[in-house]
Amino acid sequence: MGTLTYLAVLAGCLACALWLEPVLRVGVLRQWRRLALTLGPVAAGFLAWDVAAVAAGHWWFDEEQVVGVWLPGGLPLEEVLFFLVIPLCAILGFEAVRRVLARRGAATGPSGRRGTR
Amino acid sequence: MTYTVAAGLAVAAALAIDLVGLRTRLVLGRVFWLSYAIILVFQLLANGVLAGRGVVRYDPAAILGPRVAGAPIEDLAYGFALVLTTLAVWSRLGRSRLGQSRLGHSRLGRSRLGRSRLGRSRLGRSRLGRSRLGQSRLGQSRLGQSRLGQSRPE
Repeated sequence: MGTLTYLAVLAGCLACALWLEPVLRVGVLRQWRRLALTLGPVAAGFLAWDVAAVAAGHWWFDEEQVVGVWLPGGLPLEEVLFFLVIPLCAILGFEAVRRVLARRGAATGPSGRRGTR
Repeated sequence: MTYTVAAGLAVAAALAIDLVGLRTRLVLGRVFWLSYAIILVFQLLANGVLAGRGVVRYDPAAILGPRVAGAPIEDLAYGFALVLTTLAVWSRLGRSRLGQSRLGHSRLGRSRLGRSRLGRSRLGRSRLGRSRLGQSRLGQSRLGQSRLGQSRPE
């Protein structure tokens, strides 16, 4: 897979989660503003940690397995995408679980009350 | 500071954000844990490739040593902190809009205004509605939770 390894992993994550949007109608992408306001601060925080960790030598990236676009702080482009893709997948999964539980009317928590429709 | 310490601090920070900072309290409910269980499977797969194939490499001095699915055990804490923080912020932003906080937990209010497209676009997305009603704590506690109390006995 060479230089596309990291990118392929991210694409695989997206492929596993994105179908939830149309099939379960979780409406995550439709709420793009809420999504942006979530991903922005979270990505910023974790990227700061990432830069600090690279600077401290805790971890580093294999030049052979990334596309080769490097950003300030010693991060490959894929690492920034990681903090957009993974949180997005997590939100899609979370909303899908909520949707399914609500539909079944099985939940008793606050989220379950939503399932009365 | 090693990755081990940093990952532990990140988990503590994520829990503090969820329980105290944003008061979303996701870790006290089951929706989060069910979601996390599913996400964890994919995390182990993705991270297994990234760490296992050496896309990301770790300083042995910065980690404890044990590996789970090819990745340092610290990555589990890292992933947990990332997922919890994300879902807490996401949930917090959802609660403070849509008029959900305004009409609170009443079934009628939620199904009619909260979920309808119309209600959302008119109440939820308007700046006015959001700042005046949605985000005020007062409104939330006065309207939202009192209705909850009322609707419970039925």
